[in-house]
Amino acid sequence: MTTRNSNLWAGLRAEIPLLIGVFPFGLIYGALALSSGLTPAQAQMMSSIVFAGSSQFIAVQLFHEAAPGLVIVLTIAVVNLRHMLYSASLAPYVSSLPMRWKVLLSYLLTDEAYAPTVIHYEEQGVTQYSHWFYLAAGFALWFTWQVSTALGIFLGSSIPESWPLAFALPLTFIAMVVPVLKTRPAVASALSAGITALAAYSMPYKLGLIVAAVVGIVVGTYLEGIQPRGDVL
Amino acid sequence: MNTWLVMLLGGLVTFAIRFSFIYLFGKFHIPETVRSALHYVPPAVLSAIVFPELFLQAGTLDVSVHNVRLLAGLVAIVVAWYSKNTLLTIVIGMLALILFQWLL
Repeated sequence: MTTRNSNLWAGLRAEIPLLIGVFPFGLIYGALALSSGLTPAQAQMMSSIVFAGSSQFIAVQLFHEAAPGLVIVLTIAVVNLRHMLYSASLAPYVSSLPMRWKVLLSYLLTDEAYAPTVIHYEEQGVTQYSHWFYLAAGFALWFTWQVSTALGIFLGSSIPESWPLAFALPLTFIAMVVPVLKTRPAVASALSAGITALAAYSMPYKLGLIVAAVVGIVVGTYLEGIQPRGDVL
Repeated sequence: MNTWLVMLLGGLVTFAIRFSFIYLFGKFHIPETVRSALHYVPPAVLSAIVFPELFLQAGTLDVSVHNVRLLAGLVAIVVAWYSKNTLLTIVIGMLALILFQWLL
């Protein structure tokens, strides 16, 4: 028996463990955004306008390095491309909703909202109220991200200048990338992109980053194509 | 380009990506190659950012033991591999950097 409220609560409950994981990131993001030269208003608004954690960290790093705007926008796009997979994956479940729901749910489509929502749809199928589960999970994450960003901005100014806080960014990326290196194509993709980034570092407008990303994506995709599936490290 | 404009465009492009297939459902199918290429975006982009941060000192390659960021980064990679815990990786990586700076 499912009602609107039961779906809302189920979505919220499923999202809580993810919120605990996301909260420290909002804090770190808020603090780093300030130390990279964004104003408090810009740091906070990026969390609502872009609303995509890893791309916000990368954008902050690029703002800090004074990369050209177009390169920053392009990098945000490349980093968030994976959301296209989520969009494709959830599309059949939300296809009968009105357009305003599709727009709202798309805005809320993050890694952390996608994970519990797709599991819910796969287990329960589409019911009259199942989009309320998605809404609750997505909104809970949105709210947590805004509050933790604000707290990070507030606390960030009290962190001593001497702390090598900027190094938290590459560390964050290491923590994100290492666990996905589970197959040989993924490792080859990471190494080829990294080495290309070193070789192309002096390219103007930070274009080396884009070139390196493309090389890594092509290498990974090519190797996956020639290698039998399931060949893990 | 103005910071606000960059953020606005970044937000629009992110929304467009998220809305893409929800909007296009039934009108278009993702080719298999594109689908598998999307899986390599995270390792490629993140490594492209991390490598220069660890290996370059003032724009030139430094793979000596005096490169404290490289040493701390290697510690963080080991922690990330075994713990798969993001927060722990950041905390230990930071402590390692502070320790190496103090030692070397």
